Amino acid sequence: MTTTIARPAEAPPAAARPKRQREGAAWVFLSPWVLGAIGLTLLPMAVSLYLSFTDYDLFNPPHWVGLRNYTQMFTEDPRYWRSVVTTLTYVVIAVPLQLALALAVALALKSMRRGRAFYRSAFYAPSLLGASMSIALVWRAIFNDGGTVDNLLGTGGWVNKPGWSLLAVALLTVWQFGAPMVIFLAGLQQIPGELYEAAAVDGASRWRQFVSITVPMLSPVLFFNLVLQTIQAFQVFTPAFAISAGKGGPADSTLVYTMYLYDRGFVASHMGYASAMAWVLLVVIGVVTAVLFRTSRAWVFYASEGER
Amino acid sequence: MSFVKGVAVNRNRLALHVGCLAALLVMLYPLAWLLMTSLKPANEVIASLDLWPSHLEWSNYSTALDGVNGVSVTRLLTNSLLIAGGAVLGNVISCSLAAYAFARLRFRMRGPLFAFMIATIMLPHHAVLIPQYIIFNKLGLVNTYWPLILPKFLATEAFFVFLIVQFMRGLPRELEEAARIDGCGPFRSFFHIILPLTRPALITTAIFTFIWTWNDFFTQLIYLFDPDKFTLTLALRSFVDASSQSSFGPMFAMSVIALLPIVLFFLAFQRFLVEGMASSGLKG
Repeated sequence: MTTTIARPAEAPPAAARPKRQREGAAWVFLSPWVLGAIGLTLLPMAVSLYLSFTDYDLFNPPHWVGLRNYTQMFTEDPRYWRSVVTTLTYVVIAVPLQLALALAVALALKSMRRGRAFYRSAFYAPSLLGASMSIALVWRAIFNDGGTVDNLLGTGGWVNKPGWSLLAVALLTVWQFGAPMVIFLAGLQQIPGELYEAAAVDGASRWRQFVSITVPMLSPVLFFNLVLQTIQAFQVFTPAFAISAGKGGPADSTLVYTMYLYDRGFVASHMGYASAMAWVLLVVIGVVTAVLFRTSRAWVFYASEGER
Repeated sequence: MSFVKGVAVNRNRLALHVGCLAALLVMLYPLAWLLMTSLKPANEVIASLDLWPSHLEWSNYSTALDGVNGVSVTRLLTNSLLIAGGAVLGNVISCSLAAYAFARLRFRMRGPLFAFMIATIMLPHHAVLIPQYIIFNKLGLVNTYWPLILPKFLATEAFFVFLIVQFMRGLPRELEEAARIDGCGPFRSFFHIILPLTRPALITTAIFTFIWTWNDFFTQLIYLFDPDKFTLTLALRSFVDASSQSSFGPMFAMSVIALLPIVLFFLAFQRFLVEGMASSGLKG
């Protein structure tokens, strides 16, 4: 960079410089990213794909086993399927609940004159705090035997009940609805008020306005939140780890996918198997995202087509 | 409150505020619970239903300050700060460099590379985790802070590149064009014109990076195993297995200590955080 600054005054202006030189500058700016993209993303992905066809324990050289990791996963490992079902259940519970709550609160705040900024910040706070181990530990205590929820509902400790433990994990995610709520609210504020005024003149009811104006105008933001939260939900780890005391229990009911991956790879040292799990996760997230994008054509409405 | 205006409108608005406040109370309960429990004597933690302790048990905090596994809280705090600080520095530098190239410069392959960068936002961390671990293991860097900091200097968190790109795209082109006529190359344009104007996005990146790194558990769990090198988050993990209720008070005192920087950051920078989150979901 000093060479540019020290360039003599009589040097031709940048606009006149050969194109190749300016292109070179772009690659200088890009170089850390390129290094990371190759060294920490592309190369590891390729290695992980290779390892998924091997037996590898970190200490001995990888041993090629073909598809065995995959066949074992799909046909001989009930805990694997358990983790798949647990994760899907979690995604299906947590994501819609979280987004519904986020949208509801965003709608409430939108019509508010005073205090909107305060509520917006206050509801957002859990999104930052909730990802911490501290709050995960609080959650375990609140939902445990004798905890607040037990005292209020008399349900006993959810944490120790196979049918309920996952709900405790999901509720911690729902509690963090602030991040999508903030995005919804920003989206709502971008909808031109004239649309509502025109609709009101035409005698459209509140509900009608919501369905015909708010939902279509908000659909890109809704789609963004849906994709982002779904991808994140597939990778949930910390709350499940904390709430189940690191074991995925009771009866594997909180053994989410990434926790089983951690268990296979870093506890049991089956790096090949864990790599195969990682690739299945990659493919599943890719497919789910692709399906969401496909269906989005039917329901996501862009006011200015082609801008994206 | 404007009680002079229409009564019906006011009643609606009042109901809205009451509803929001009620929801807020429920949401803040876990935080209040944490704070109160960290001050409760051991016999009240579970037995008593009161949120308020019968007397404030400050010894929970002095026990917590002694730390875990013989490592003091000061040490754990320093470790956490070191990692978070390194990550902030790395992300701000590397992500702003990449973002400038994507947002303001022309180069071959820009379209496909940008698409690839966006795609990596959706890439599950686990797809690269194991080989990254093997690489760092081969380099002898497991159980050091390098695996936690070095990737940030290589702009691996595409979310922030995207955030800064969005922001930079909003800056008027004329700025650089004028500078270019004055003989400013891309490097000077970046450092003297674009970077200062991008400050809000950089601050947002810095704060988010700090909080996310501070909260991060999975990566630390995998890479660090020497208690001396533990972060506060990892030290809390030692409590995860412990079920004895006598350690509840100190455990939650330590949880409060671990949460404090995030709370302070939030209070100080909430505007940047909320706006940053809001703009991430919108077209720039």
